Amino acid sequence: MSDPVKISPPVSEEKTRALRAGDKVLITGVIYTARDAAHRRLIELIEQGEELPLPLEGQIVYYVGPTPASPGKATGSAGPTTSSRVDPYTPQLLAQGLRVMIGKGDRSPEVALALSEYGAVYLAAVGGAGALLARKITSGVIAAWPELGPEAIYRFEVCDFPATVVMDSAGGNLYATGRAAYKRQP
Amino acid sequence: MREIDSSEVTALVSRLYQEANFALPPDVIAALKSALAREESPLGREVLETLLENAAIATSDRVPLCQDTGLAVVIARIGQEACFRGGSFAEAVDAGVALAQEQGYLRASVVSSPCFDRNNTGNNAPAILHTEIVDGDEVSISVLPKGAGSENMSRLAMLKPADGISGLIDFVVETVELAGANPCPPIFLGVGVGGTMDRAALLSKVALLRPAGTPNADKRLAELENDILARVNALGIGPGGFGGTVTCLGVALEEFPCHIASLPVAVNIQCNSARRATGSL
Ligand code: SF4
Repeated sequence: MSDPVKISPPVSEEKTRALRAGDKVLITGVIYTARDAAHRRLIELIEQGEELPLPLEGQIVYYVGPTPASPGKATGSAGPTTSSRVDPYTPQLLAQGLRVMIGKGDRSPEVALALSEYGAVYLAAVGGAGALLARKITSGVIAAWPELGPEAIYRFEVCDFPATVVMDSAGGNLYATGRAAYKRQP
Repeated sequence: MREIDSSEVTALVSRLYQEANFALPPDVIAALKSALAREESPLGREVLETLLENAAIATSDRVPLCQDTGLAVVIARIGQEACFRGGSFAEAVDAGVALAQEQGYLRASVVSSPCFDRNNTGNNAPAILHTEIVDGDEVSISVLPKGAGSENMSRLAMLKPADGISGLIDFVVETVELAGANPCPPIFLGVGVGGTMDRAALLSKVALLRPAGTPNADKRLAELENDILARVNALGIGPGGFGGTVTCLGVALEEFPCHIASLPVAVNIQCNSARRATGSL
């Protein structure tokens, strides 16, 4: 396996187009969280032509609903949540320049197509590793919609946050190839 | 008759719910370690190493193992000679869940009125409470924080008796295949067979309390568990879903008598964050 690719937002399309399923990535910089409820609101704002509470061009969105931070900590546990719940909203965000998404689990064919069209990538972080991933988050503040609780948009500063490319802009899908490589006749 | 103050129930549920979220049970750690020794995929081994490191960090930093600190599934075995004073048992359990959420900085992941409002209850209550009346005067309580990633991929089928064991195995394997990477593999499987629809589902949940590596006491059922495990691990999903030889760390199957015309099968998927804690009063 090759060395991890280091990326920092804003990420250029050229950089994400070069990533391939199976590549390991380390992210440093500012990323934003969003779950279903936040996605719904973002799409409403886009459709009304209103200003968004976060930048999208070249940015990284992490699908996570962290636990509340205990006193003195930047965040609580913060591992990825299932991505497919936001699939219906994803192509519209990619059209606005969103370039990298972090979550877990398969995406829809529409998302796969949009990745090719806009040159974006979908990464997976290790599901169930929320305590370890929290150590890579050096600051966490709510950027929008605190009333959504764990579904609010957080602005995280991360340092060497580890993830793996699962779906790339050339149609590669690590879930499919990985499964095929290890499938056995029972 | 033994009297138990309800506040003791609240304190115990709160302690167990927190304990479960900050420390993976030793048998689960052992299962992850043994998977690391036999996983063939390098990326799969890396995921297993990450999960073992995560478990150590959760305990040392006192940060929940996973951000989805779960719906609190509470399974209580209540001795029929015990009685509760100072408030209802169910309310005491919910108060324990709320207390744990506040004290342990757990996530509030419960919404009321799922059909329309879906407002967060703010304290992770109510619990999903199952009670069983047993002999004696002791009260044993297990708390199983259950994340939605794995719960959402669980399934139930009312098979025909003619579908037989092969139909049963096929249904379990298909369930895992459809789940793919969503339930955070490597997973555990609780399988409930028989009873009615509801009983099969409950059996599949209770099966998840059985420590990893403990086969069913019935030899034929233990063999069935092994057969399911082998079939599931041949799928190649692997740790994190990145491909690999270890998709499932253990299968626990429980059965119950059922109608002559039925073969209910429930598959409850449990994720790598297989949290549970048990205590008694
Ligand atoms: S499925 Fe389990 S490990 Fe994965 S995010 Fe949900 S609770 Fe955590």
